[in-house]
Amino acid sequence: MQHNEVIRSMKTVTLTLTNPSELLLEGQSITPDNFAGKKAAEIATLDVWEGKQKGPLGKYFTVAGDGGATAADTRIILRGDCTRVKRIGQQMTAGEIIIEGNADMYIGGWMKGGKIHVKGNVDSFCGIGMEGGELIVDGNAKHHVGASPRGEWRGMKGGLIRVAGSVGNDTATFINGGTIIIGGDADIHVSTHGEGGTVVIKGDARGRVGGQMVKGDIYVYGTIENPLPGFKMVGEVEQEVDGETALFAHYIGDLGERHPISRGKTVYANLYTRI
Amino acid sequence: MSELLIKNGFVFDPLQGIKGDRMDIGIKDGKIVETSALENPKTIDAAGMTVMAGGVDIHSHVVGPKVNIGRLFRPEDKLFKSPHKSPTCSRMEMGSSVPSTFKTGYDYARMGYVFVNEAAMPPLHSPHVHEEIRDTPIIDNAAMPVFGNNWFTLEYLKNNEIENNAAYTAWLLRATRGFGIKVVNPGGSEAWGWGLNCVHIHDPVPYFDITPARIIKGLIETNEHLGLPHSMHLHCNNLGNPGNYTDTLESLRLAEGYTPKNNFGREQVMHVTHLQFHAYGGDSWGNVESRSKDIMDYVNAHDNITVDMGQVTLDETTTMTADGPFEHHLRALNNLKWANVDVELETAAGVVPYIYSPKVKVCTIQWAVGLELALFSKDLMRTFVTTDHPNAGPFTRYPQVITWLMSRAARDETMKTFKWLDRTIESTSIDSIDRELTLYEIAQMTRAGPAKALGISNIYGGLAPGMDADVAVYPLNPEDMPSDPAAIEKAFARCAWLVKDGVVTVKDGEIVAEPAKRTIWVDVKVPDNAQVQRDIYEHFLRHYSVKLDNYSLFEEHLHNPRVIEVNAAQ
Ligand SMILES: [Zn+2]
Repeated sequence: MQHNEVIRSMKTVTLTLTNPSELLLEGQSITPDNFAGKKAAEIATLDVWEGKQKGPLGKYFTVAGDGGATAADTRIILRGDCTRVKRIGQQMTAGEIIIEGNADMYIGGWMKGGKIHVKGNVDSFCGIGMEGGELIVDGNAKHHVGASPRGEWRGMKGGLIRVAGSVGNDTATFINGGTIIIGGDADIHVSTHGEGGTVVIKGDARGRVGGQMVKGDIYVYGTIENPLPGFKMVGEVEQEVDGETALFAHYIGDLGERHPISRGKTVYANLYTRI
Repeated sequence: MSELLIKNGFVFDPLQGIKGDRMDIGIKDGKIVETSALENPKTIDAAGMTVMAGGVDIHSHVVGPKVNIGRLFRPEDKLFKSPHKSPTCSRMEMGSSVPSTFKTGYDYARMGYVFVNEAAMPPLHSPHVHEEIRDTPIIDNAAMPVFGNNWFTLEYLKNNEIENNAAYTAWLLRATRGFGIKVVNPGGSEAWGWGLNCVHIHDPVPYFDITPARIIKGLIETNEHLGLPHSMHLHCNNLGNPGNYTDTLESLRLAEGYTPKNNFGREQVMHVTHLQFHAYGGDSWGNVESRSKDIMDYVNAHDNITVDMGQVTLDETTTMTADGPFEHHLRALNNLKWANVDVELETAAGVVPYIYSPKVKVCTIQWAVGLELALFSKDLMRTFVTTDHPNAGPFTRYPQVITWLMSRAARDETMKTFKWLDRTIESTSIDSIDRELTLYEIAQMTRAGPAKALGISNIYGGLAPGMDADVAVYPLNPEDMPSDPAAIEKAFARCAWLVKDGVVTVKDGEIVAEPAKRTIWVDVKVPDNAQVQRDIYEHFLRHYSVKLDNYSLFEEHLHNPRVIEVNAAQ
């Protein structure tokens, strides 16, 4: 394992929300990519949207510190209550964002690389359309964690989302790759239409787990309140998941959906529930 | 009143046989005039630029319910894909393969187009079509109601009642404010209501027991009986399948022996649309090959037929057609989302997203087939640029299509990106064709030809005095054509000037005005026909879910009409 962060001298930009917006703030310009190569004063002039009004970032946040030479050399720390700041880290490709409290919707949406660490809770759509990188949420997340954007059939392609708490519904819709690990419970709809990737739910799942799933893996450590009839138990297996080994009941499905044939064998989605 | 003089451009006007002469175009009160008629005109300096009439699109799906289904069920078609935010336009623009009505109008105008024929209007939903026409700025629109699976039409034609079918057709054109006779997968979309299709032109339609061949011939006869501006406009049976070129040739042969009867200068009796989808050999996706040569040999030898390309542009797009069974077939191929609609007594429709990828052999063969059709054509006044928008690609890619047609280097550049280049070359003729079309030929394919085939070449598609003052000026110097094909594409994507109805509408590729747009429709006078009146009454009483009185378009739905009157009563 490389320890790039030790070798690299990252520069830190600290944003402190001192003048909260009246409406929700669209913060998609808050990314290492946009901050890289800019001085604090320039960063303060970047556009953010409050409703239909465009304003400078500095109207809401005090900005301290300059960006690094590249996105990878830029770390952003957000302080203050960002519960109503959306789209932080959207489409970021490298670097780091640390949100010290809560944040709103679309955190880390469409991110391609780098790391976001949210110490509080996030609202819906975090990690939506994710292609790479890491999104860590210490608290809870609402709906559509790591799901595909509305209408899109090409969902999460790669990266890691880790939510320590619980999540709402529609986690990992159309997931194609990458990993989502939920420490707590998940509401209905997990990996709907999934065609790859892995979702781990360490608590309970309410239902509709793996509906219309073609390929990919789901692990549920607790119970599934309403399991789908499209999944069939095929045996018991021992598997290592997130660093620990345990015994699981193994189901394949969704038997109501099409399944590709690879090397003469039909490929199913796998659902593992801990025994 | 307002006068304009477009000075010193290289003018290409195939309707007058003008081939790049350096000349001035005079405009007064929205019409082209002799320059001597101008007193104190404003001047547009077109020196070193190409001047053509405003573009005319003969086949595009831009308004109406199936287009809107495409918009509704593809929100991802808008996300991060609505790049143009022009400060000069009055309305927001969005969408890529299925743009909003506003973006549709603006994008056509930026490319120098002024007239777009909506290719399929479900008659029952004509109010929706006309409401979207109203909301599509700048460009004039017509819309063709679909007849090829209509119960009235099937019944009349089965009994060979051409006069009755003509009376019904005239009634429906008026009821929907339609422009002409569109035929989509004749019989096949009705068969789809029974879970079936008519793949070949002699497959009988269930219940109605009439064949597609009979429907096609009957509608040609109906069209010529009425003397409509445009001809019967055909989407052939067996679209998109390997080996379908034989069905296409059989369909083309149905026009033999028919001659056009009209007062609009139209010379064809059959327009065959998106021919690219109908020119495949082989018998499976494994051995599919181009049969464009066979098809174009036939078209070249028969001047009562016109065609348009349906060029695949190698993009992610949204397919949508009244060919319901085809969309179901496509959904099974790509496993993406699918919308399916039945329109009672009249037609059906389906919508499926599709990705034409340069990495997929079938797609790159389709790309070659489309270009070959145009490059094998001996008469570009009968061969038109389309992408069957959005089926084979968005209309916004016309500049790329034009560039492929004008430049072998552009074709080679694109072919370099093909994963299955050798297989594509083996299965097509594209690599053996060096032909590069001229600006004059492009003017034939994009304005003069389509206008003539639509029977509107007295108004659109040319620059003769008396015609609408629709003029596009492209930043291209015919005497010093760019060596980089990308520059040709850029010039056709954003015209230097578009004058629409005498109003400067686009300047340097940006919309600067939004002149009033029109709806063109065809009003045909026919003798009173008591039987047809009774048939209409009966069908509405027994079979339609709407009442006759609520069916016809209400006047308030019709936006700024321009009526073309036809008298078929004598
Ligand atoms: Zn079409």
